[in-house]
Amino acid sequence: MLRQSLRSVRSVAKAHGARAMSSYTLPPLPYELGALEPVVNTEIMTLHHGKHHATYVANLNAAMEKYAEAEAKKDVAAMIALQGAIKFNGGGHVNHSIFWTNLCAPKDVVAPAEASPELAKMIDAQWGSLDAFKTEFNTKTAAVQGSGWGWLGYDKAAKKLAIATCANQDPLSTTGLTPLLGIDVWEHAYYLQYKNVRPEYLKQVWQVVNWKNVAERFKAASA
Amino acid sequence: MYSKAFFLASIAVAANAFAPSFLGGRLSLRQGAPTSAVSMKIELPPLPYEYTALEPKISKTTLTIHHDKHHAKYVNVANQMIEGTEMENDDCETIFMKAHKDGNVGLFNNAAQAWNHAFYWESMKSGGGGKPTGDIATQIEKDFGSYDKFKEEFSTAGNTAFGSGWAWLSWDGKKLVVDKTIGAGNPITDGKKPVLTMDVWEHAYYLKYQNRRPEYIAGFWNVVNWGKVSEYYETFAAKGVPVNWA
Repeated sequence: MLRQSLRSVRSVAKAHGARAMSSYTLPPLPYELGALEPVVNTEIMTLHHGKHHATYVANLNAAMEKYAEAEAKKDVAAMIALQGAIKFNGGGHVNHSIFWTNLCAPKDVVAPAEASPELAKMIDAQWGSLDAFKTEFNTKTAAVQGSGWGWLGYDKAAKKLAIATCANQDPLSTTGLTPLLGIDVWEHAYYLQYKNVRPEYLKQVWQVVNWKNVAERFKAASA
Repeated sequence: MYSKAFFLASIAVAANAFAPSFLGGRLSLRQGAPTSAVSMKIELPPLPYEYTALEPKISKTTLTIHHDKHHAKYVNVANQMIEGTEMENDDCETIFMKAHKDGNVGLFNNAAQAWNHAFYWESMKSGGGGKPTGDIATQIEKDFGSYDKFKEEFSTAGNTAFGSGWAWLSWDGKKLVVDKTIGAGNPITDGKKPVLTMDVWEHAYYLKYQNRRPEYIAGFWNVVNWGKVSEYYETFAAKGVPVNWA
């Protein structure tokens, strides 16, 4: 009887352990829902974080649980079939987790030069000026067809910054770059406020870019 | 004696009068004014109904922005891209098929989206919904098992598009199939003939439904224009019009 109860305790513990291993959680926003007003309004932040990002997390957990089951059965076909859902929801979770830290209230924004002279120097060296960098970033990001992201990334091999865009929720890691700053251009990121005028959203969003966070990521990537 | 534009416009008018309405719908993507300048641009077709026609399932505001801004932009950009090229007088479908063949992603995205949206408006109507009848109903039962199974498969396609995209019901030459495409994707590039489409880009539903795409899709079934869907199906399938376009 003791052996039996030990076995059941062990299997329960194992089940809990397996679930805990694939338990991803929605990170809290580093600020109030209204902090990015008037650039990104409260309604958008509420939906974007509380619904869209939360759904990626929930669906990632579900996909990973199924993946663990498939793995336990050595069902390779099933594992492969789940990769799309993992890439999409996992990418969504990774991207949005970075995104919230990349933004801050307008009053807390500092210039890149203040956040990191080294980063600012590199931007100037590669694009001529901060404005020129923003123009290229916005042009490329506005041109994303359908859903996707615009990124400032770091190329560790070349020791250079790079602007890149990704489709859907493909994480920047798929390009080999390290993410520093991402701007979400899925319509849910701006539509309620800016409607179809994505370029206007991109023009305004720089007022809430948290260069301190970008600088931290740059420092870690270029170390 | 007559200008090329007038000649083509006369054909268009005649075709509209005698052809099934789908041909008229497609030709309307190309009609220019008879006295317009040499090139005939892709036109932005007017909505086949009032902006309020699909309320409450699809709102007036959504239709207004969706048609007047999003669809209009695809038309304008496509026209800019074909100006001065040999595609200047081609119809929308020919343009996106050529773009697809040539790997011209920018032109494909805009021309295909111009086509997709025109087709989407026709897939819906005021007081639509209900169930299909006639030959298409029989074919749906044959190919999906039941209307409910088809409805579920089509809805799932729309709900699981991992990004901006479309759900489609198409004739593949032998049977009806449900597909989902990403971005501007269109099953015509696979040699299929669409009979019904549903836009699941967020702009199609976000103002009213926000993240609740499944609710929008559930509402879509109340506005489907089965009469039009039947027309397209009967033209392609029953009358044996070849599936593969040039």
